[in-house]
Amino acid sequence: MEKKSNVTIKSIVAIGIGAALFFVVGRFVAIPIFANTTANLQYGILSVFSIIFGPLVGALAGFIGHTLIDLSWGGPWWSWIIASAVFGLIMGLTKKKIDIDNGVFGKKEISIFNVAQIIAHAICWIVVASSLDVLIYKEDITKLVGQSLIAFSANVITTAIVGTALLLAYAKTRTKAGSLKKED
Amino acid sequence: MSAALSYIKKDSPIHNLTGSTKFIFFFVWSLAAMLTFDTRVLAVMFLFGIVFFKMSKLTWENIRFAVYFMLWLIVVNILALFLFAPEQGVSIYGTRTEIVHLFWRYSLVWEELFYLFNFTMKFMAVIPTALLFILTTNPSEFAASLNKIGVSYKVGYSVAIALRYIPDVQRDFREISQAQQARGIDLSKKDKLVDRLKNSAAILFPLVLSSLDRIEVISNAMELRGFGKNKKRTWIVERPFTKADYLAIGIAFLALVISIVFMCINGGRFFNPFI
Repeated sequence: MEKKSNVTIKSIVAIGIGAALFFVVGRFVAIPIFANTTANLQYGILSVFSIIFGPLVGALAGFIGHTLIDLSWGGPWWSWIIASAVFGLIMGLTKKKIDIDNGVFGKKEISIFNVAQIIAHAICWIVVASSLDVLIYKEDITKLVGQSLIAFSANVITTAIVGTALLLAYAKTRTKAGSLKKED
Repeated sequence: MSAALSYIKKDSPIHNLTGSTKFIFFFVWSLAAMLTFDTRVLAVMFLFGIVFFKMSKLTWENIRFAVYFMLWLIVVNILALFLFAPEQGVSIYGTRTEIVHLFWRYSLVWEELFYLFNFTMKFMAVIPTALLFILTTNPSEFAASLNKIGVSYKVGYSVAIALRYIPDVQRDFREISQAQQARGIDLSKKDKLVDRLKNSAAILFPLVLSSLDRIEVISNAMELRGFGKNKKRTWIVERPFTKADYLAIGIAFLALVISIVFMCINGGRFFNPFI
């Protein structure tokens, strides 16, 4: 019981801090490319948070962080906010496959992480964001395909570089299970 | 680095509304604008937005930058929409009234212009209320208002933590980035894009680690104070609803109802003046 309640408090705080990080990185470290599409380093960070804390934290941190970014510009673009939440959620689902808490992040985990992030980005930008844009703004499909492909590839590349580097470094700070040996 | 929009303290009828009211208003209002494509409804919503803005005693200087940015975003989007599908309006409205043929597959068509105008109006209808929401809601009231409209207070607390720690994370980021730049890690355009991404990881990593530490410290502090023990909690900034609050919520729902009624009248989301 005690342990469980500790986990929930921790995830509440992780959502808040994750959203704050997402906001700061997304708001101040963005490189614009095409029609409100930027090279978004924040997805690298969000994927790290998802893998450390799980799907709920990932989804809510993405949702809150992205909403705050959009509000700070003056108008929320709901379709893309929801896509961010979905990205955090999907990445969080791979938490079970990657034992980052025990510092295990080798070649196998790197490939799981990157396959997962490519699938997650594909679902978010090509499926979720585009279909919501059609639904809400009646935008044309070909424009959305162009826009979402650019967002997709930019985000995949940034997440691959930034996310993998961050997770590798984070794994080194964790103690591996069975890393201690008894002296003879 | 431009300053993000944040709460501006003033004494006005809009500021005196409770946070919950403004939150519900903003949510219902943007839902109404999302649903409809009817120019008349959107135009009336936009005018009301401007009236509300006047009531809030905020000045043009407060929002100038945000408005320019949004306009730029809309223009970029409109250009992209036109470039990719110059006949989108034709397929929506079912008629084709050409003004002038430009070149290749591009010509100016009234229907397309009307669609793009409505696309712009959809944003214009929401921008004033979104700006009011962010500029007139005290962040410490935010968690309480989320809780009041039915969101779990724990999630409300997450939002409050996010708002509370944004300045701290921002300061961390600036310090780390400057320290790393002093060591020769460059983020500016002088470096190649891939190198810049790798370099940014060198800045983000200390930032993520310090944030993880922060999570430990805050969650321990909250646990020591017994956070989350009870199903409900009280809020120091919570205020009771007044007549003005009910009136504001009423107006927002009226907008939603009107938007839906006009959808029934038009037989769809579009108001079609071409037939």
